[in-house]
Amino acid sequence: MVASLEIRNLHVSVEEKPILRGVNLTINQGEVHALMGPNGSGKSTLSNVILGNPAYEVTSGEILFEGKNLLEMEVDERSRAGLFLAFQYPVGIPGVTLANFLRLAINSRMKAKDPASKGISISDFRKLMRAKMDSLSMDHSFAGRYLNEGFSGGEKKRAEILQMAVLEPRIAILDETDSGLDIDALRIVAEGVNSLRGPNLGVLVITHYQRILNYIKPEYVHIMYQGQIVESGGADMALHLEAAGYDWVREKFGTATP
Amino acid sequence: MTTTTRRGNAPVAPLYTRADIERMSNANNEPRWLLESRLAAWEIYEELPMPNRDSGEAWRRTDYRGIRWDQVNHLPNGGQPSIQSVPAPMLEPLIGEEQGGTLVFVDGKLVSVQISDVLTAQGVVFTDLGTACRDHEAIVRSNLMTKAVKPSDGKFAALHAALWTHGLFLYVPRNVVIELPLHVVMYNTEAGSTLGHVLIVLDEGAQATLLVDFQSATRDEQTVSIGATELLVGNAANLRYVALQDWNRTTYEFNHQRGRIGIDGQLDWIIGTMGGQFVKNFIEVELDGQGANGRVSGMFFADHEQLFDHDTQQSHNAPLTVSDLLFKGAAKDESRSVWQGMIKSLPNMQKIDGFQASRNLVLSEDARMDAIPGLEIEADDVRCTHAATFGTLEEQPVFYLMSRGIPRPEAELMVTEGFFEELLDRVPFERVRDRLRASLEAKIVGRDA
Repeated sequence: MVASLEIRNLHVSVEEKPILRGVNLTINQGEVHALMGPNGSGKSTLSNVILGNPAYEVTSGEILFEGKNLLEMEVDERSRAGLFLAFQYPVGIPGVTLANFLRLAINSRMKAKDPASKGISISDFRKLMRAKMDSLSMDHSFAGRYLNEGFSGGEKKRAEILQMAVLEPRIAILDETDSGLDIDALRIVAEGVNSLRGPNLGVLVITHYQRILNYIKPEYVHIMYQGQIVESGGADMALHLEAAGYDWVREKFGTATP
Repeated sequence: MTTTTRRGNAPVAPLYTRADIERMSNANNEPRWLLESRLAAWEIYEELPMPNRDSGEAWRRTDYRGIRWDQVNHLPNGGQPSIQSVPAPMLEPLIGEEQGGTLVFVDGKLVSVQISDVLTAQGVVFTDLGTACRDHEAIVRSNLMTKAVKPSDGKFAALHAALWTHGLFLYVPRNVVIELPLHVVMYNTEAGSTLGHVLIVLDEGAQATLLVDFQSATRDEQTVSIGATELLVGNAANLRYVALQDWNRTTYEFNHQRGRIGIDGQLDWIIGTMGGQFVKNFIEVELDGQGANGRVSGMFFADHEQLFDHDTQQSHNAPLTVSDLLFKGAAKDESRSVWQGMIKSLPNMQKIDGFQASRNLVLSEDARMDAIPGLEIEADDVRCTHAATFGTLEEQPVFYLMSRGIPRPEAELMVTEGFFEELLDRVPFERVRDRLRASLEAKIVGRDA
């Protein structure tokens, strides 16, 4: 069965300030969507809410994943169900190596399926890590480094895509994965994502710029503005935005917060 | 502390007497010089006041009035302690596979001795302190509480000098390098008081690695441990010393520890504090010779109502000396920790390099951690740095780990353990790291020892 993420009339506040004001969006496994919009339109809020960041409060609406109410699931359950978020600003965690953390993440999945599972063997895990790191042109020493500590911007984003490659989600959200990347780093990251594309993966690419969409070609493009998706269309809409900027969006949908 | 009020007319000081010293010394058939030295320390003990919260910085945050001195008054009674009572994991080596020697003490009595013939042939002495006082008078007498810890260091140092009940003694002669690590178990099963001593003397160019594992069986009654550790590292000598403390939760510990390092000598000192209801630990490194290098790595985790108080000092008594101290600790529940650190130099000790850092993780609203760094440097061409930091378990790293499918308890454990990795990275012994991690994990998830 094709997994789908359905967002229905979602309203979200941060510290009692409404940020999302009725978002509707459906992403199916196998599809690539782009979510674009000016800064502050609520794109990152949407990604954080989908994964369950406790800093955000859902005031109404619902999110369904495979027909189940996502909002009632813990953050870790959402991940194990097949959701993945590549963070815009991955947090550094001192003392926790990328390898130890990813192994625990895999084992958490195996144990949730089968409580008697002993988890992945160290040698299988090493093989898996090496193969995935090679596909992202990452040095193997990365595995022993503390998570995102002292990583460059490009290394952080690559580490996010590495996690995605290892955890094999069904729906992945890339939150401004292109921001701060030079063209070489962007290409490596995009190729990494493309190599994972296929009928089993749905992707939501959140971005301010069209640039990344030259590499990760979406089937659908949505424009978010003032907490709502105001336009949806095909890949050509991203090109239009690149040429025309967001001014027409502001003109068409107004600048005042209702 | 379980209480801050005095119950009835309970005594506020130990009840030991001069007669206790004479009785113990006689019973152990101690040499005359030792009894005299004990009695001299007793004079100092009697002159010093019991420290209390008005006795200055060192004791201002350290309330030990919960001790029922009338109930902890008895010393090890010379029963028949046996190695059988020691939990089996304690007898497993924590450094390397093969040991150069192992000593096991139960209730202050040496119950097992193993030392390789090679070391004995090289003149290494590795035995209990009482035996060493009889058989190696010259070397013990000149070093026992005369150079590192002295009776005049404080009330409890004087009491220890007067009444020490047992101890370990390691002597490594000139240029002898002990390749295999030495393992010492100090295990207590009884209530009452023990006053255990550690005396390590490395002659010029000698090298050794030694681990002491202090633990005790769970009991309801209070116990007091009044310890002293003396690490005498000669010129160009190299000592790696690991002390792991996990006393039961009814133990009150007072401990004076001091290392002295000669010219180009090196001391790498690792300290783990996990057990006891109350710990007051003085840890001092004296860099006596040019080029001396002292490193101290301390780790603690306080929970329930534990109070851990570490008082550290790095004294640069010669030019071109290096000291590096890192303490990392956490406190949860209603526990309390205090760290006071000081880097000192004698006047005009140029080109010294001193570093101290205390990093603290506060894991509950009712826990309290104090860290007070200090510098007293009387030279201008120096590099001395100190730092104290405090943090709590942050939600964003936990959210990040959970967003990859890791359940909250494991995510919190991982972030908390991660905090200690910087310290564990300084511990070059895998099983010591594993032991410390296991203690952490038990405390983090609330599995009582």
